Formats: sequence, structure tokens, C-alpha cells
Amino acid sequence: MATLLALFGIPLAGAVVLAFFGARPRAAMLNAAFSFGTLAMAILVALRVVADGAFLAFNQQLFIDPLNVFLVTLTAFVGFTTALFSGPYMEEERGRGKMTPPRMRLYHAMYQLFTLTMLVALTTNNMGLLWVAMEAATLTTVLLVSVYRTAASLEAAWKYFILCGVGIAQALFGTILLYLAADRVLGEGAGALLWTNLSTVKAQLEPTIMALAFVFLLVGYGTKVGLVPLHSWLPDAHAEGPTPISAVLSGLLLNVALYALLRCKVLADAALHSRLPGNMMIGFGLLSVVTAAFFLSRQKDVKRMFAYSSIEHMGLMTFAFGLGGPVANFAGLLHMTVHSLIKSSIFFAVGHAAQRAGTQAIDGIRGLLTISPAVGWGLMLGSLAILGMPPFGVFASEFLILTTAMHALPWTTPVLLLALGVAFAGVFQRVQPMVFGETSVARLKHQPALLPVFAHLGLGLMLGFYIPPYLTGWYRQAAAMIGG
Amino acid sequence: MVNLISQLINLFASVLLIVAFAMLSQRRILSLIHLFTLQGATLVVATVLIAYSTGQTHLYVSAAMTLLLKVILIPLLLHRLINRLNVRWDIETLFNIPTLMLIGIGVVILSFYLASAISNLSATIVRSTLGIALAIVLLSFMMMITRAKAVPQVIGFLSMENGLFFAATAGVYGMPMIVELGIALDVLVGILILGVFMFQIRERFDSLDVNHLEKLKEN
Repeated sequence: MATLLALFGIPLAGAVVLAFFGARPRAAMLNAAFSFGTLAMAILVALRVVADGAFLAFNQQLFIDPLNVFLVTLTAFVGFTTALFSGPYMEEERGRGKMTPPRMRLYHAMYQLFTLTMLVALTTNNMGLLWVAMEAATLTTVLLVSVYRTAASLEAAWKYFILCGVGIAQALFGTILLYLAADRVLGEGAGALLWTNLSTVKAQLEPTIMALAFVFLLVGYGTKVGLVPLHSWLPDAHAEGPTPISAVLSGLLLNVALYALLRCKVLADAALHSRLPGNMMIGFGLLSVVTAAFFLSRQKDVKRMFAYSSIEHMGLMTFAFGLGGPVANFAGLLHMTVHSLIKSSIFFAVGHAAQRAGTQAIDGIRGLLTISPAVGWGLMLGSLAILGMPPFGVFASEFLILTTAMHALPWTTPVLLLALGVAFAGVFQRVQPMVFGETSVARLKHQPALLPVFAHLGLGLMLGFYIPPYLTGWYRQAAAMIGG
Repeated sequence: MVNLISQLINLFASVLLIVAFAMLSQRRILSLIHLFTLQGATLVVATVLIAYSTGQTHLYVSAAMTLLLKVILIPLLLHRLINRLNVRWDIETLFNIPTLMLIGIGVVILSFYLASAISNLSATIVRSTLGIALAIVLLSFMMMITRAKAVPQVIGFLSMENGLFFAATAGVYGMPMIVELGIALDVLVGILILGVFMFQIRERFDSLDVNHLEKLKEN
């Protein structure tokens, strides 16, 4: 109980403290320290779940099970490494006059609050609070995206706010319908929105209501996952905000939104006694993979390009969870993990590279290897990893997804392979001259933080070779829980 | 008595729907804010009536919250906002209002169709209201799409939230208290952020026309 309180208390305290001291010279270290505290608490909570299994807390409002505790740990871990990366990166931005002391305070405070909202969304047992936390996560990131106050960042943030606001309003309507279905079975009162209660009666929920509820929930949370055609906020928000925020948006927030969708799918699956929810996810997923792969190769801005790559990979995960079953779910969860690790490491490398070159345009970044071999190799290896080259973990999960698709839905396999091929050609062709060849980039004043880049890549590589047994067990349990 | 009250609830539900149509076609920003306040007030009355007829005491609390937030606080903020931004007398050009109305009617029919399957299952006294709530949500959505100015877009957003609140009140006698508090907090924080945003947008673009916000396009 104390650990759980600390898990939420540390980022909350961090937000308050950094709102006052976020512009001090040591603020970045303080930010990282708070994130490290959160990570330590997340690990303690995870250890408890590994030892004792799922548990409820705070008057049943919190529910920690293998599915969400693994995402909690991942969120806290990437939150911590991104805070490490953010230190020298934001110091450099400040040196260039993009950040002022009030903006630094806002940035650091919102960074901690954003972590808090994601942790609440992941651990809450109440489907209504899940919605509240997702909306709060949008609000905090809107401020982070617009922190530079440039014309482009304001536009991106406005679009992000309006589109995600409208999207998430659909999810609220879905939640209301879910409550309507639930109170026919569970009776009125606060207990009817608790996921643990819902999952015990999920087979008795009224199918007509649940079908409509799931459509609204899919559209609502799907907007936040970045599923095509609801994705148009995503590339802008990724490209115009500070790079550490692009890393946590891609690596974490999209995962949390997909998690919310999964919780809803479990209920809808059982209530409908049909494959409708899964098929809808397969459709959205496939459309996202294909569309994103083709858009990817038309981008001129490197952060936009990798934002489209995130849409592609979120689509692939949605597709995998739509297929359902132990193998596809396992692959989806593995893909969530490796994508989150590798995509954030790519954004770290891209951030340093863009600062050196003074531009985010792909054409403006040339020959990273000459000036900084570490950043160059980080970007190259990260790109190869995200494109699904063995031996990185993405290869393993994509391989599992493709083989399952071959059995369950053979016609989708060539489509997926084509999209992955197009994405490969598009990204590789653009990253190659950025890393090799004549250089166009300058040295930086601040020593970049490269440890997070290679730590993430190392973990991604390890997951390709060897998944520790407790992690496998964890994935299996979570995969069984999602069912389908 | 119960019959009379359920008639009254239906009456106020239809007032909400009419207000949503009026908002869709209203071109003056000031009148739009008045309509939004009226929508909030109608919502409060409808909530109190539902609370009285069903004996759900927690609905009185959410009615009070709605009164405070959507009838007093947010309209006050909006008035201050349009004064400070100096857009109080702004009139927007909306093309082809009759077509807009016709599409709106189509949207209402669609909502009733979608909701009819559920309304028959709903145990609450007010059956047809779920369709009205969905119609308000979709009409507000339409309003957001058709507007080019920032303030009306935000009012559309808030009106959508009103529709959702009505769906919750009429369909399931309100969400659990903790959830409603969370939603109210999100809405309040959201409107404050949007207010700050509008000043930044105007500072940057010298206008509140959202059409300026179309530089980020696919190449």
C-alpha cells in the first residue's frame, strides 16, 4: 500500500517541486531523480505481483495485475531514461533561446504530471477513471507540445487538443454505454464501472449495448493510439514538440491508449460471443500499417518520418491483438515492449542529431558518423532494429505476428509483408545518408546523454535473443487475460 | 405526478436539442455563448427533475456542479475571454445554413436509430432521451467541423461535453461521483488551457482564425 502511494506520490511531489524549481541549473537532475524514484516504486509493485499475483487497493479503485504491471514498469523505465536524455537536450535548447525559465518550470512540472496520469490510467480499476486519466494525459501533453510557442508548435498542439478531445469524447460516450450495460447486471452504484466486477459478469452484458459501446470506445481510444484514419494529430505533435516528449508520446502514451482499448475488448469479446471486436481491430490495424508505410516514405522531416513509423507499429499491435489467441497476444505484448524501447532510443538519437545539424529536415542532416560516431551508430542501429532486422526484438515479435496471421488470416500476410517492405525501403534510404557520407553537422556545447540510447538498444537486442523466463511467464499470463 | 415529470424531462430534452440546432446556425460569438449558457441551465433543470423523480440524491450534487461550472464559471470565463481578445462582436461567415440544418436533421434521425435498440432495454424512466443526447453530441461535432474560428470551436467542444453529461444523467442516472468529479476537473482545466492557447495563437498569427493553422501538411 505504501509503495502504491509512493508510486503516485513521487511524480506528484515532483510536479509540485519542479513547478517552483524547474528552471534551476540542477532541475534536470532533480527531474531524473523523481523519475528514478517512480521507477524504483514500480519495480517494487511488480515484484509484489510476481510474488503474490494480482491485487486490489484503495477501496477497489486500483487493480494491479500482470497485464498492467508490466506496462507500469515499462512506463516508469522509459520515463526515467527519457528524463536522463532530456537533461542535456533541454539545456542545449535553452542555450539556443528556445526555452525560458518559466517554460523550463512548465516543462519539468508537466513531465512529472504526465507520468502520473499514465500511471493512474494503467492501474485504475474504474473504467470511468481510466477515461479521466487519459483525458488528463492529453491535457498535460498539449502543454508540452506547445512549449516552444512557435507557430508550428501552436498549430500542432491545437490540432492535438481538438482532435484528441473529440476522439476521447467518443470514448466517454462508450463508457456511459458500458455503464448502462453493466448496471442492468450489477445494479446501480460505483461498483458497476469497476473492471474486476465487469469481468466477472462480462458474458451476461447486453450484446446490443456492448456492440455500440465498443464502436465508440474503439474510435475514442483509437484516436489516441493513432489508428488511421484518426491519426492526423500524431505526426504534427511528434514533430513540433521537444524531442524528449516525442519519445514518451511514441514510447508510452500510445501504449497506454492501446491498453485501455484492450481492457474494453476483453469485455466486448465475452459479451458479444463473436469475433466482431477482434475483426474491427484487425481492420483498423491493417489500414494503419499500410497507410503509414506509404506515407512514411514521403516525409522530409525526420521526426515526422519516425512518427509515421509509430503509427505503423501501433497498427501492427492492434492487428495482433485483433487476431487474439495466446501467440498473437504474446507477440503483441512483446512488440509493445520492444517498440517502446527502440522507438524512444531512436528519438533520443534523432534529437541529438537534429541539434547538431540545427534542423529536423532529413536533407539537412548528413554524415553523422564523422562528427559523432555514437549518435550515428545509435540512429543506424535503432532504425535497423525498428525495421525488423534480426537479431533485434522487433524481428521476433513481427515474425510471430506474421506466422499467426498466416494461419488465421492468410490473405493479410502479403499485405503486411508489402507494407513492411515499403517501410524498410523508405526509412533505410533516408537514414543511410544521414549517417554516412559528407558531414553537415556541428559539435554541441553540451555532452549528449548517449547512455539511454544504447541501454534501450541493448535491451531490444537482448529481447531478440533471449526473453528472461519471468518475463515470458508474465507475457503468457497477460496474453491469457486478453484472450480472444 | 411521475407522468407529468417524465413529460417535463422530455420537454427539456427537446429544448436541449433545439438549442443544439440554434448553436449550429448561430453566427455571432456573443449569442453563441448565451446559447451555451442556456443549454447548461436547461441541463441543470433536467437533472434536478430526474433526481426528484427517481430519488437519486447524488444527481442533485451533479446538478449543483453543472450549475456552478457550466452556467456560471465557464460562461464567465468565455465572456472575459472574448472581451480581452476583442472578438465580442465578431460575426462568422457560415455558408449555406439551410443545408447545414438538413444534414443536422439527418444526424438526429441516425442518432435515434442507433439509440432505439438500446432505449428499449433501458430501465430508466426517460427512454427517448438517449437518442437526443447522442444527437447533441453529433451536432456539436458538426459545429466544430464547420467553424473556422477558435472560440466557436471550443464552444462546440463544450456543448459536446454537455451532450455526454445528459447521456449519463438520462441513460444511467449519472456516472459514479468520483468519475463525475474527474470529468468536471478535466473540463475546467481544458478550458483554462484553451483560453491561454487562444492568446498565444493570436499573438503569433494576429487572428483567431483556425484556417491559419494549416501549415503542417503532408508534403
